[in-house]
Amino acid sequence: MADAIFEVFRGDREGGQTATYRVPIAPGMVVLDALHHIQGHQAPDLAVRWNCKAGKCGSCSAEVNGRPRLTCKTRMDSLPLDKPITVQPMKSFPVIKDLVTDVSWNYRVNKKIPAFTPKPGTDWKMYQPDVDRVQEFRKCIECFLCQNVCHVLREHDEMEHFGGPRFFVRVAGLEMHPLDSKSRTRLLKEELGIGLCNITKCCTEVCPEEIHITDNAIIPLKERVVDEFYDPLTMLVRKIRGAKSD
Amino acid sequence: MTTEFETHDHDVLIIGAGGAGLRAALEALSQGATVGVVCKSLLGKAHTVMAEGGIAAAMANVDHADDWRTHFRDTMRGGKFLNSWRMAQLHAQEAPDRVRELEQWGALFDRTEDGNILQRAFGGHTFKRLCHVGDRTGLEMIRTLQDRGVQLGIDVFMECTVSRLLKDGDRIAGAFGYWREQGRFVVFRAKSVVMATGGIGKAYKITSNSWEYTGDGMALAYNAGADLMDMEFVQFHPTGMVWPPGVQGLLVTEAVRGEGGILRNKLGERFMEKYDPKRMELSTRDVVARSIYTEVREGRGTEHGGAYLDISHKPAEYVKKKLPSMYHQFKELADVDITAGPMEVGPTCHYMMGGIRVEAETAQASVPGLFAAGEAAAGLHGANRLGGNSLSDLLVFGRRAGFAAAEHARTIQSKPIDSGQVQDGAREMLAPFERKSGENPYTIHRDLQETMQSLVGIFRNKEDLIRGLGELEKLKERAAHMSVEGSRLFNPGWHLAQDLNSMLIVSEAVTRSALAREESRGAHSRIDYPDFDAAWGTKNNVIAREGNAMKLRQSPVPQMPVELKQLVTEEK
Repeated sequence: MADAIFEVFRGDREGGQTATYRVPIAPGMVVLDALHHIQGHQAPDLAVRWNCKAGKCGSCSAEVNGRPRLTCKTRMDSLPLDKPITVQPMKSFPVIKDLVTDVSWNYRVNKKIPAFTPKPGTDWKMYQPDVDRVQEFRKCIECFLCQNVCHVLREHDEMEHFGGPRFFVRVAGLEMHPLDSKSRTRLLKEELGIGLCNITKCCTEVCPEEIHITDNAIIPLKERVVDEFYDPLTMLVRKIRGAKSD
Repeated sequence: MTTEFETHDHDVLIIGAGGAGLRAALEALSQGATVGVVCKSLLGKAHTVMAEGGIAAAMANVDHADDWRTHFRDTMRGGKFLNSWRMAQLHAQEAPDRVRELEQWGALFDRTEDGNILQRAFGGHTFKRLCHVGDRTGLEMIRTLQDRGVQLGIDVFMECTVSRLLKDGDRIAGAFGYWREQGRFVVFRAKSVVMATGGIGKAYKITSNSWEYTGDGMALAYNAGADLMDMEFVQFHPTGMVWPPGVQGLLVTEAVRGEGGILRNKLGERFMEKYDPKRMELSTRDVVARSIYTEVREGRGTEHGGAYLDISHKPAEYVKKKLPSMYHQFKELADVDITAGPMEVGPTCHYMMGGIRVEAETAQASVPGLFAAGEAAAGLHGANRLGGNSLSDLLVFGRRAGFAAAEHARTIQSKPIDSGQVQDGAREMLAPFERKSGENPYTIHRDLQETMQSLVGIFRNKEDLIRGLGELEKLKERAAHMSVEGSRLFNPGWHLAQDLNSMLIVSEAVTRSALAREESRGAHSRIDYPDFDAAWGTKNNVIAREGNAMKLRQSPVPQMPVELKQLVTEEK
């Protein structure tokens, strides 16, 4: 079979450039296979994250021909081979080396989210229809592709004021858990800045788990925030009483 | 030479952040210990995330006749009675509580009609026993444990590799390693260390395991003087993908068979009728793997050298609901629609029954201060593990290891680290950079995988195993001279050089144990000794380091009390 030409970013925090590699194509090959081939035969120090190679762990995110993808699920036969295939690290996170980026910010955001808090005296009975919608959110493999494409993070670098789609999905999984008793709407409004999202659905488009991030997680959460903080009746009551209620 | 390194202090250091490591961390924390968790990948990416089918626990939500005794009996029979009976008993008794605990921490399992945790059938289990979330149970489990850890304020050192254990006299005093990102050295001072490092699959060419599964914990423990046990028992999962080449070995969950999947050869024969007519596709993994292998070897394999596994007789929506990741995996990676036609599957190296020898109650290894849980430890599964018993193993013995490690830490006074050991650790890590024009670790790794796959695989014989040992000697020699290119900054070649050292140790332990056991039992099949041997049924192979040599001895399998013996021999 023919060869494919790869242009892979090589560099670190200081900067870098693309390097060109020629890789023989095998049937069914994915981009991650090609990166492993480059490591094994041409550039043993090429930095790539990966684990399961089956789309279950979310480690191997990168931008292939400009599109954010899991490289383990990007088939070579889905790409045009008459020109070089470019592989770049996720743009929204600082590069550590080559295709490996510093995603530690995500772990810091996660720590802000209060854990599952069951209703007191619960009998732990739950029914599948109630669990279904939460299970969708719990499919998330934390590939951070949604964070990478979200323009609030990608173009506006609002890391300090915005949690990003991944963590709206996580909060949705807790808020809609049939037995959870805690409210996280103030967190959503103030610390995770859900108001900054203007529902362009870029996150939903790239989700490899096909989670309906915008429709099923973000919009219902925005509605909860609105109900709690911007409901006209509540606002009127506050105005008359001149006091803030929480 | 002086080495720069940072130092961290904890009562309990846990190496590995899969199910066992995280469960151990939670328990040690709740006992009041200070806890550090070190993991080679990012948090939440450990192999537990890939577990698909479910957690075995006799909750009797679906089959009300189930109880721990039946689960115990199934586990002992599945393990061909080489298991530690006490571990099997504790496991069966405690697994339901460990699953309930996950639910109380926020896990959302699939439900029964009456609102309880749904359980499915699996190979070797008498009753429907596997608590599950579609075919992504491991993801649910690791995320739940991870979130609980975040809530309790767990200290996690991500993308950090431990390359040696540090000792104070006979006991464990900490660990030395490096940050994968920057390549800087780090010392962890700890009163107890828990090994939760998983298996060894990357020593084989066709495997369902990720790059992390290089037997580190076993090699570290062995180098620190601990016993390894049952190393000949490597589980080949019957159903890995066989085509296309890039996905060869990728796991096809047993849940496909649990949900009614049927195996056929290229002639359309349902061949399990020949090998296990009673249990058919839901026979134990050792039997199904050998059956597929035999069909292929005798010329009845599929186009790409496997068997057909078919679930397409079930309604398409049902398949997509119960096996969503299998549906996507085949559709996206192999252009196969499993709701419309069969998958091609074949055996893949999946799990290590053997590992660090531990005490049943405390998970303590034979070196004071060292504990082990999950796949890194030996004992629970004997000669063959039942599907679903791994996730429950992680929870039951992760918790026990964390508890005992915290308790042990209370009895120890912390002492300064021996800098000589740290300097040795640093020298060893830097050596491949200093050797110029040596071989690259990738080539040696490929040859190791070829050797283990072809000479120490599913079917073994004396001649191959002796040749295997010879090949391993040559590989060790080559590894002693390998060199790496580039800098210490996130350098996978350098990382592999370190992992290769672990793989070579465990591969030798597997081969020596396999050569010694002159019988066939569970996952260990000798062509030259095809039958059970009653005498070998009472012995575990134990590996330990003496000077620089690997020594093998036999240790009697502990005998279970009369009432349990009756239980396992009852005809049911």
